[in-house]
Amino acid sequence: MKLFFHLGRYFILIKRVFSKPEKLSVYMKQIVHEIDNIGIGSLPIISIISFFMGGVITIQAAFGFTSPIIPLYALGFTTRESMLLEFSPTIVCLILAGKIGSNIASEIGSMRITEQIDALEIMGINSAGYLILPKILAAIFILPFLIAISMFLGIFGGYVMGIATGACNSYEFIFGIQAFFEPWKLYYSFTKVITFAFLITSISSYFGYYTQGGALEVGKSSTSAVVYSSILILVFNFIITQLFFT
Amino acid sequence: MIEIKNISKTFGDRLVVDDVSFSFEQGKTNLIIGESGSGKTTIMKMMVGLHELNSGEILYDGKNFPTLQVKDKQEVRKQIGMLFQGGALFDSQTLEENIRFPLDMFTNMSDEEKRDRVNFCLDKVQLTNRNNLYPGELSGGMKKRAALARAISNNPKYLFCDEPNSGLDPKTSIVIDNLIQSITHEFNITTIVITHDMNSVVEIGENVLYIYKGKPWWKGNGKDILHTTNPELLDFVFASGFMKEVFQAVNKK
Repeated sequence: MKLFFHLGRYFILIKRVFSKPEKLSVYMKQIVHEIDNIGIGSLPIISIISFFMGGVITIQAAFGFTSPIIPLYALGFTTRESMLLEFSPTIVCLILAGKIGSNIASEIGSMRITEQIDALEIMGINSAGYLILPKILAAIFILPFLIAISMFLGIFGGYVMGIATGACNSYEFIFGIQAFFEPWKLYYSFTKVITFAFLITSISSYFGYYTQGGALEVGKSSTSAVVYSSILILVFNFIITQLFFT
Repeated sequence: MIEIKNISKTFGDRLVVDDVSFSFEQGKTNLIIGESGSGKTTIMKMMVGLHELNSGEILYDGKNFPTLQVKDKQEVRKQIGMLFQGGALFDSQTLEENIRFPLDMFTNMSDEEKRDRVNFCLDKVQLTNRNNLYPGELSGGMKKRAALARAISNNPKYLFCDEPNSGLDPKTSIVIDNLIQSITHEFNITTIVITHDMNSVVEIGENVLYIYKGKPWWKGNGKDILHTTNPELLDFVFASGFMKEVFQAVNKK
């Protein structure tokens, strides 16, 4: 029964979030602020993780590809497929669910317990729209760019590690990352990213918005936001994959 | 003018506000007083729409607020300024941005007009040239004054103050009280103050409602309280030894 309560309340909140903004110019400023906060703020961690993961994927693949019938360009191909299909769109979004999700839930939760949300409501402002809509739109806009950077850096990391460890040469790796490329896979990846961007921001905002109590409850909301965002990312990853690959 | 008529509120089985009626007059500081847990903050939250009421009417210049459409409610709310107990300033914004916020949202003022208005409000609450400070850099009293500046920035018709003196020293409390009263008179606002600070009651209470266990128990003004014979109100007002001495001194005269 609690599941239905939360689902109902979540959809009611989403309806309020997408109601007409009071003043578009104020919302636009907020969106730009959130793009900076969510996008630029997450760039360093995404870059570091992607570069090293790309490198690790290449080294592991090189270790496994011992048969002489497997061409060396398969390293580039494997790294590209891993980064494009799963690591960048899904694993990076799971990492972002931790970073952005906890940030959003604690920010909105703190505003709730210090009556800042009540202050917005009393001013006649749709607090759900003002606080949550810019976050959702900013994430949907900026996350595909972040993930594209992650894909590039992951493949680049694989290239650097592949060359540095002598697993392959530059020509073979570059040939590999161009081989058998199917553009629809990018469409699949970015569909996932946009879905996950919506899930992370809306679920985290939901937990923050309905925080009740004090600092302890803000912490609990933050944890719930990360846990539920992550679970739903995995569930939707499965659903979208099933839709695209069958 | 705001009128509440026979409003009641329950939380679960507990009756928190029981059939309260009162008129809050324009241009006066109207006080709701009572012990902690007596239901006064619940009354205020019902009046501004943060709690739904079980029965009764809340009339803003004749319009029954709880039954208005969402859009009409928002129109009424645009005329409300509220000073929260903790200030409720937006932490991520400077004082200027906090005070500007209602102006950005609801007016078509130019940037220069907004800046003038912000400076005017900051002057009013004696925070001149503190535009670029963040709420985290302010003392308790300054936060309350800044919150008051934000509450009046959009020329409200109704001003609500939830325990404006809580956590403040007596001297700063008097500054806040005087500010609230002078703003009320100067701009002819209907001001409602929730408090249990007896100094405020006597100093600025022009129209006072005493709530006891959720019920309206006594009505009058701040000066009348010193001569009350109502036993519950006497208990509340003269709970401290200091106030008892004041009471005896007044009655000797």
